[in-house]
Amino acid sequence: MKEQLEKIEALAKQELESCTQIKELDDLRVKYLGKKGELTAILKQMGKLSAEERPVIGQLANQVRADIEEALSTKLATLKANAQAEQLKSETIDITLPGKTAPMGKLHPLTKVENEIREIFMGMGFDIADGPEVDDDYHVFEALNLPPDHPARDTQDTFYIEGTDETVLLRTQTSSVQVHVMETQKPPIRIISPGRVFRSDAVDATHSPLFHQIEGLVIDKGIKMSDLKGTLEMLMKKLYGNDCKLRFRPHHFPFTEPSCEVDISCFNCGGCGCSMCKDEGYIELLGAGMVHPKVLENCGIDSTVYSGFAFGLGLERMVMGRYDINDLRLLYENDVRFLEQF
Amino acid sequence: MNLSMKWLGDYVKADMPIKDYCHALTMSGSKVEGYEVEGEKISKVVIGKILSKVPHENADALFVCQVEVGAEAPIQIVTNAKNVKEGDIVPVALDGATLPEGKIKKGKLRGVESFGMFCGLDTLGLTINDFPYADPDGVLVIEEECEIGQDIHHALGLNDTSVEFEITSNRPDCLSVIGLARETAATYNLPLTVKEPEFKGIDGDINEMLKVDIHNTEKCQRYCAGIVKNVKIGPSPRWMRERLRASGVRPINNFVDITNYVMLEYGQPMHAFDLRYVEGGHINVRNAVNGEKIMTLDGVERELTEDMLVIADEKKPVAVAGVMGGEYSGIMEDTTTVVFESAYFEPSQVRRTSKNLKLKSDASSRYEKGVDRLISMTCLKRAFELVEELGAGEVIKTVIDCDYTDKTPASVDFDSAWINEFLGTDIPEADMIDYLNRLGFEVKDGKAIAPSFRIDIECRADIAEEVARIYGYNNIPSTDFRGVAKAEFTEEQKFVRTLRNTSASLGGYEIATYSFVSPKYFDKIKLSEDSKLRKVVKIVNPLGEDTSVMRTTTIPSMLDVLSFNYNNRNEKACLFEISKEYIPVDEKRNYEGDEAILVNSGKLRHEYKYQLPDEPQRLTIGMYGGNSDFYTLKGMVEQIFAEINISDVEYIRANDCDIFDEKSALHPGRSAVIIKDGKYLGIMGEIHPEVQENYKLGVKTYVAKLNIPEMLELSCDEISYKPLPKFPASTRDLSVIVDDEVPVAEIEKAIRGAVGKILEKVTLFDVYKGKQIEDGKKSVSYSISMRSHEGTLTDEQADGAMKKALKALAAIGAELRM
Repeated sequence: MKEQLEKIEALAKQELESCTQIKELDDLRVKYLGKKGELTAILKQMGKLSAEERPVIGQLANQVRADIEEALSTKLATLKANAQAEQLKSETIDITLPGKTAPMGKLHPLTKVENEIREIFMGMGFDIADGPEVDDDYHVFEALNLPPDHPARDTQDTFYIEGTDETVLLRTQTSSVQVHVMETQKPPIRIISPGRVFRSDAVDATHSPLFHQIEGLVIDKGIKMSDLKGTLEMLMKKLYGNDCKLRFRPHHFPFTEPSCEVDISCFNCGGCGCSMCKDEGYIELLGAGMVHPKVLENCGIDSTVYSGFAFGLGLERMVMGRYDINDLRLLYENDVRFLEQF
Repeated sequence: MNLSMKWLGDYVKADMPIKDYCHALTMSGSKVEGYEVEGEKISKVVIGKILSKVPHENADALFVCQVEVGAEAPIQIVTNAKNVKEGDIVPVALDGATLPEGKIKKGKLRGVESFGMFCGLDTLGLTINDFPYADPDGVLVIEEECEIGQDIHHALGLNDTSVEFEITSNRPDCLSVIGLARETAATYNLPLTVKEPEFKGIDGDINEMLKVDIHNTEKCQRYCAGIVKNVKIGPSPRWMRERLRASGVRPINNFVDITNYVMLEYGQPMHAFDLRYVEGGHINVRNAVNGEKIMTLDGVERELTEDMLVIADEKKPVAVAGVMGGEYSGIMEDTTTVVFESAYFEPSQVRRTSKNLKLKSDASSRYEKGVDRLISMTCLKRAFELVEELGAGEVIKTVIDCDYTDKTPASVDFDSAWINEFLGTDIPEADMIDYLNRLGFEVKDGKAIAPSFRIDIECRADIAEEVARIYGYNNIPSTDFRGVAKAEFTEEQKFVRTLRNTSASLGGYEIATYSFVSPKYFDKIKLSEDSKLRKVVKIVNPLGEDTSVMRTTTIPSMLDVLSFNYNNRNEKACLFEISKEYIPVDEKRNYEGDEAILVNSGKLRHEYKYQLPDEPQRLTIGMYGGNSDFYTLKGMVEQIFAEINISDVEYIRANDCDIFDEKSALHPGRSAVIIKDGKYLGIMGEIHPEVQENYKLGVKTYVAKLNIPEMLELSCDEISYKPLPKFPASTRDLSVIVDDEVPVAEIEKAIRGAVGKILEKVTLFDVYKGKQIEDGKKSVSYSISMRSHEGTLTDEQADGAMKKALKALAAIGAELRM
């Protein structure tokens, strides 16, 4: 019997060796280990053995069963692994084919840069104020220290509204929002106001009868001109990086005193002078200044107690500088091939 | 303002490199736009003397000249110039010379060698005004003294530098050489040398020849006049022409040039006119009479009104004060006696007159900005000094001076501590006083006293600016200001941000369009003649009709952009814009309401006569191509409503609703108005074929306009969690056949009503027309999901609910499809 058992084991292992399909493995399991299998058949003869032989052969038979089972499961694992490897290989795809996308639009470049500026100012505690685009002469000019007959009105190229004796107009500057805010809010005031402004400039690569400004206004006790410089420097460093330099140049606006224009070191040459900045090293960026005491008084704020600063920057110029856009008209033509680039 | 650096040199020693000068002046407040070195583009051009001129052997039109140019031997030049002859002094461009038009090289002309070229005015970049005696079409034959071989720059005075300043409206004093000299001296801390002009004059009593009366001493505060006899009209000397040229002014004749010269030098407009035409020798500065007429120098007859000021003789106006002289008042060839006027007119008076007459001049633009009210006499004297220097006539020693000016200088508080606090600086008081003194201010007894030419000084902040600009804006430190501030978006701002981001994430590209449109758009979108949208806010002075009215609907702007893209061959576009409409408001403006909100001013400062328009915000969506249809647009709109938590909106046929007049632009069978709780949220649909054609759109196009204020009112940003279901749902599918006209919304409504509380979701999955379905009918299929939160639904419960649904459907004519 012992020989029989050893023979079965040898045969089973031999057959296993040549097996290549998982199904064949099942057949082999039945053939050797099944109820009607060869090993079972031999074990059925155990009763014929002597009492001494029975445990010895029993042990051997268990050993043979265990060996075959282990060989079976090892083989099964190998075959499964092979099969999976085969499957994975057959499932290989061209990963360079394009992805399946959901439709996705974009914000206009003017909005993108405006959002960025809004966020920077909100981080500095500025609220966002709105004001009417069609406004009256008082808020756009008179309260801002531009009385009728003021020569600076010439430079504004104002659009007037019919039937209003030139008292209603399209605002030429977001500075009008300063007046609306100061009339209705008590200091401390800290706002920015982005919006559309209108001037009768014919359309060309750098002019448009409609463009956007972002106005800023801070009113409190003890606000200094150095605070204005600090605020604008912070803004520009956040927008253009720590390396950018600002230059403050004296200028004149009727609603601020002192007034300045602020230039930024040229994006192209960094300040050494090139064709983009006309050899200046700087590019004009915005107008600013300390709120004129008359403006404060016009809005009912005591100029001996409060002071403040204001600034207004042109959004289009910043967008064009930011994305190297050389023609302002592109922003209002809205060609999708332009819009999808931002 | 173009400044001649040579002229500036009369008053201040400004010999620093020109680039440094421009930068320094810019940084102290006089912005330099650029500078031009005269004759910069000219080199190797010298003075030559023609020794001989003979005809060219091979060409009739050419001549061969031997020319002395200061070199060892004369050079040979071939020329076609007819206006030169032996002995003439001419500019010669030598071999290798540079001219504005290019380089000159020696060469052969018809076989004869030529070593240079004679130059005319054109070739040197000059005009007849620079050398009135020159032949404008020929070679410049020089009549002044110069040396043979001398460089042309020195010989012709082409060696000035002209600096272009941008002068702001508050500093008219800087529109003059002396004004800029003062700024230069203050910037560099250099001495300024301006001497009071003097003239000798001849004996005579002006009062016997001329009488001046000012009838309106408020508008004309000073009038100085003097007389020059035996005038000799002729060209001005070269130095004067050169300076005028560098300042951008065309030389004309000695008298005109003198008035311009003094105006450029001091900023004071001068007027010179012929005494013959002053009837009665009596000048009256008075208001015009309504309807009074004058022919101004530009040849236009102008009708005057009584608020205008004129210079008149005993019978008629001879000039519009400060604006322009009359036709006959100018200097003519036979003029023998000239009156010089130097006056001060009130700025807003000149400004209004100039504006009303639509007439501008150098003089008016200076007067309206404000000239120094104390220099009229100085300038008259300067003019006479020049008349004598030029030998242009005999000046009568006595002059007329009607002076009603207020000589009190502007004086404001000077408080160095306050200035430092205001600027955030630490400038010593002595330095501040030094800066102010350099600028012509006097500081004493805590006051800064402004010089008379500074018409812009009114408050202590003005003094702070003067100190700051000389100290240097860039020397002021940068600080962070203190104080707690809370910043947050308003509800509306948050809402708009959500709309914008949602629209983009749904595939929309944001656009930006003009707020003003052409009134033609109303016809383009087929608005009815009596549509309220045709009532617009209209611009009086638009750039053109295309931008002449403020839009009352955003849809045409969107269609324009869609059309632009379509015609640029972009095969599809999905666009959106958040922008305003401008709706005129009829009612009178509510003064009391305005007053109530002016918390700071407390009182109404301005009489509002006209109501401002409403400016409601709209979200406009437009699309074409990419298989888009009505439902693509509707899907986008639905998803937007989902994002802002507005549920259960109703879509009704646009034709059944009179709220949106833009329905005229839409296909009547494919357009909807969106309503919820009686609020009209928007209109959407396919563009009407005619409108599609009007916009040259070759494909079906879809637009929606959503009203942001109404949506904001309904939107809800409160979200509360509902527990996830514990029990399974039962699902039943249902197909019904119904008349084609019945909208699915009605079927869905019937199902919802019948199934009741256990209804979880009704999903439409098929609408079918065609085979097996009777004509005029359609088959509609739903998947209905039901669920209870109390336990698993039994089949009986679910089937019962379906029976009720079928009954309700039968009531609207829908039958179960077998």
